[in-house]
Amino acid sequence: MDIILGIRVKDSVIVATSKAFTRGISILKDNDDKTRTLNQFNLLAFTGDSGDTTQFAEYIQANIQLFSMRENTEMDSKSIASYIRQQLASSLRSRKPYQVQIMLGGLNKGIEPFLTIIDYLGTRTDLPYCAHGYAAFYTMSLLDHHYKENMSLEDGLRILKLCHEELDKRMPVDFKGLNVKVIDKDGVRDVEF
Amino acid sequence: MSINDISYRFSHKSQLDQNNNDELPLNINNFNLNSLAPSISIPPISQPTDFLRAHTDDDINPDCNIKIAHGTTTLAFRFKEGIIVAVDSRATAGNWIASQTVKKVIEINPMLLGTMAGGAADCQYWETWLGTQCRLHELRNKERISVCAASKILSNLVYNYKGMGLSMGTMICGFTPKEGPTIYYVDSDGTRLKGDLFCVGSGQTFAYGVLDSNYKWDLTVDEALYLGKRSILAAAHRDAFSGGSINLFHVTENGWVFHGNHDVGPLFWEIKEAEGSFNNVNS
Repeated sequence: MDIILGIRVKDSVIVATSKAFTRGISILKDNDDKTRTLNQFNLLAFTGDSGDTTQFAEYIQANIQLFSMRENTEMDSKSIASYIRQQLASSLRSRKPYQVQIMLGGLNKGIEPFLTIIDYLGTRTDLPYCAHGYAAFYTMSLLDHHYKENMSLEDGLRILKLCHEELDKRMPVDFKGLNVKVIDKDGVRDVEF
Repeated sequence: MSINDISYRFSHKSQLDQNNNDELPLNINNFNLNSLAPSISIPPISQPTDFLRAHTDDDINPDCNIKIAHGTTTLAFRFKEGIIVAVDSRATAGNWIASQTVKKVIEINPMLLGTMAGGAADCQYWETWLGTQCRLHELRNKERISVCAASKILSNLVYNYKGMGLSMGTMICGFTPKEGPTIYYVDSDGTRLKGDLFCVGSGQTFAYGVLDSNYKWDLTVDEALYLGKRSILAAAHRDAFSGGSINLFHVTENGWVFHGNHDVGPLFWEIKEAEGSFNNVNS
């Protein structure tokens, strides 16, 4: 029941993930971070089978950093999205596929805000706002209703607040709040929420 | 036998290759001590997972050949003066109590402790193996391994075996000058979490109940030791698969200190008397 939410606004992208880490019937941790920073302008959020999630995210993170060291150039968001999709698609036909759902937020080439979700089957969809898992059932209608093209970061965070309130009210289990990160021209930063 | 050897044997070979190495000797001892990322050996069966399911699942198949020891309560928490590690000592195989005197704290080396929940053999074997890896790290780098690195060696190892039937839930506890007192939770599906307080095993909920309500960062050593002991006692009392005796450890900057083995039988009455608790039980 992990929550991964993303909203693309005028010149930034907001990514929110739930803080609870649950195993069986216990919450083992209430300040878990389900994201990895890939480079200055790109953030990867993930859920799925525990173990697979962090291993896959760190694999992607390492390979992207390796690429930029070898080629002396930063990968842009669209290339990263293609790379992740390709990795998941080839993993799907292997003996043990990665069971992970991915959300990638970033500034393409440091300018254009970019948000995409990729599931374990390798389905990639570039969207203005999206969510994984049960959170989508509660929040997509809200976002359909309130989202405007080219809205400001403040308005984006306001909608996120609405989403948070709705999830808090209707989700049957406590998810211990949201970790909110914003990617804009200054890079990736945490936002007090 | 590594997975590469097996796949090489059964993969398609051209006529030329076949003439060259008609009888490929299977290289059994090809693991490399210098490697931190170990080569994996798997049983020579097409589906290890299915094999294990057929021979170990005693819910469905009570006359199965292999019964895995399960059922435990273990806990570890960080506080001002270090880390407390407390565990029970019961091993069960199905409904049978196989032992009441299991050592569930594995002394990886004088600075590092690992706890044992899930398959007893898996934990014992891989945590002693972790001990050798930590020693090799020391010899190579002239520096003690961090808890962070040690736990990652273990989690990467178990991740290689994911889905093949390993069963372990463990806490790697240690104190290094760089990190201070540190606990990592590592389990067999590859999860690795850093945290202040963990309870692992079938009795975890009972231990969490007592531990969460009395835990403070500023506990004294005696208070903390008592709280660890009391939390395991609570679990030993309520969880059928936990019991026997309690082993207590305190991890300090100079290494771990053992604080005794406490039999749950007499301890229960002693604590009931002293605290006036456990009033559901008539003495």
